Amino acid sequence: MNTANTILTIDHLVKTYKDGGGLFRKPRIIHAVNDVSLRLDRGESLALVGESGSGKTTLGRCLLRLVEPTSGHVTFDGTDVLALRGGTLRRFRRRMQIVFQDPSGSLNPRMRVGPAVREPLEVHSIAKGDAAKRAVHALFDEVGLHPGLYDRYPHELSGGQKQRVGLARALSVQPDFLVLDEPVSALDVSVQAQVLNLLESLRKKRGLTYLFIAHDLAVVRQIADRVAVMYLGRIVEQGPAEQIYSSPRHPYTEALLSAAPIPDPTVESRRITLEGDLPSPTDLPPGCAFASRCPHPRKDATCRSTVPELIELKPDHHTACHHAS
Amino acid sequence: MNPVLSVRDLSTHFHTRDGLVRAVDGVSFDVGEAETLGIVGESGSGKSVTALSILKLIDQPPGEFGPNSRVEFEGKNVLQLRGEELRQIRGAGIAMIFQEPAASLNPVLTVGYQIVETLRAHNRMSRSDAWKRAVELLDTVGISDAGRRSKDYPHQLSGGMLQRVMIAIALSCQPKVLIADEPTTALDVTIQAQIVDLLIALKAQFGMSIIFITHDLGVLARIADRVAVMYGGRIVEQGPVKDIYATPAHPYTKGLLKAVPRVDRRPEPLVGIPGTVPSAAHWPTGCRFHPRCAERLDRCTDETPHRFTIDTNHSAHCWLHESKT
Repeated sequence: MNTANTILTIDHLVKTYKDGGGLFRKPRIIHAVNDVSLRLDRGESLALVGESGSGKTTLGRCLLRLVEPTSGHVTFDGTDVLALRGGTLRRFRRRMQIVFQDPSGSLNPRMRVGPAVREPLEVHSIAKGDAAKRAVHALFDEVGLHPGLYDRYPHELSGGQKQRVGLARALSVQPDFLVLDEPVSALDVSVQAQVLNLLESLRKKRGLTYLFIAHDLAVVRQIADRVAVMYLGRIVEQGPAEQIYSSPRHPYTEALLSAAPIPDPTVESRRITLEGDLPSPTDLPPGCAFASRCPHPRKDATCRSTVPELIELKPDHHTACHHAS
Repeated sequence: MNPVLSVRDLSTHFHTRDGLVRAVDGVSFDVGEAETLGIVGESGSGKSVTALSILKLIDQPPGEFGPNSRVEFEGKNVLQLRGEELRQIRGAGIAMIFQEPAASLNPVLTVGYQIVETLRAHNRMSRSDAWKRAVELLDTVGISDAGRRSKDYPHQLSGGMLQRVMIAIALSCQPKVLIADEPTTALDVTIQAQIVDLLIALKAQFGMSIIFITHDLGVLARIADRVAVMYGGRIVEQGPVKDIYATPAHPYTKGLLKAVPRVDRRPEPLVGIPGTVPSAAHWPTGCRFHPRCAERLDRCTDETPHRFTIDTNHSAHCWLHESKT
């Protein structure tokens, strides 16, 4: 499993938060990420999908140490990421960058977008002066931004243009790895397609590795080589994208896929309706977290008592369900 | 078809510091009995302002309706109504639900009380009868244990449940028309599917008409009988849902359909629409889509296209169809 081609390994990663607590009440523990293990190969695009509260964003932030994991290991290209401190951590961040969902929230509203892309070049002493300016123009060109936008403020740009700025800023330090946290969810359909195509061409050209965090399964199918499905902090299924889409093994993945709306009124939906809402992450059920909503006909006492392990049912396709076959 | 609601030449303009913003500019459509009309468009296309205008929920000033604008409902022009007459139509004749249910409910009142309040505002009803009816309504919209839930405050309910409460309030006075403005956009995909199913079931049960506003072509395909596509404050195409998806006539509609990724097919390269969505303060001249249109003719830059008939009930505002009519 640990081949030379592996760029990132996540082992038994856990992130818990304490909620409330007070004079007469014990704080409750929220398991945002609950024992997640994953491996990413160089140049691939792995999509992390799940509904709100599944822990996908927290996991992405743990990898960059924007959130400190509670326990577990993250190894990036041979480096123990969780052991890094101070300057070494800062230098490491050159190799791993993140692009956020809301492009307006992640750019400084009082900084022109050209200098915003140039700033990381200077922070990391990659280029200065005219060389930095030339590098920024090259980046603008690469992400499809008109050079005339250099001196504009974020509020003067459209959502798609701002997301391109966010991307240029992330790429400026020449990373190997990008965490893309819902990068197209805030964009209009017509613009979303442009940005997805751009992401795909950048990955090929620069040999980037993507962790693509998304809730939109149609978008994910467009861009992912492999897919990992999260539910309440755990990965319930992972495997090659085409297998996940054509023959999902976990009942949650099946339900999620069947609920995704299809832009064609002639397609009869064969929808599996899930009852109820996500359970609260503060009092997780003892067995399979999905058991309370699971429509599987063979659901039994084991589901409610024992957490299912991820089992390899097909080469590289893992499912955490007691009744998957 | 005898329309329940007719919108004629609706223009809603706003006087702002940046000049006149023509958010909606000459929109006409009908809604038939027990019909679901889907209005689809990207951000800034004018779809939400259209919805708000139908209920005259536009502050004047800064808003202003065009002199010929009419919203005909039960033999009256809603835009001319004031005071008690307008209040009777809002809620009892035409009801509305919004994208953010949490923002539309009062956080310090129980959800049951908020339904009771609506019931008693429009009907002569005792407090206890109204409570009984409120619990029935919560049950109708699929909230289990409705009696107990009616005493909950909004923060105790999930987003999906809150949207069900909003639907219960909207149904409380048995409106003829329900306007739903992006009611599923803030919800997770499995919950979104539940709400769409609920609306479809309620429409059949109560025989009401629905105006469903969305940017999501997948959700639209599932719920709409007829579709109006908006761009730049105008309707560019309208017709039966099957025709719009199978034989779109306007280049914008064609472009949108090519730009949406599909969850049910192996990915093909997406084709985005070049350029960005224009802003209402600076619409392009002529056809407002012309700067992004691949099939642009010379006249499109300065002549506003008329409405051309494509087929029964199917029309497009595009010069390409002039010769065929």
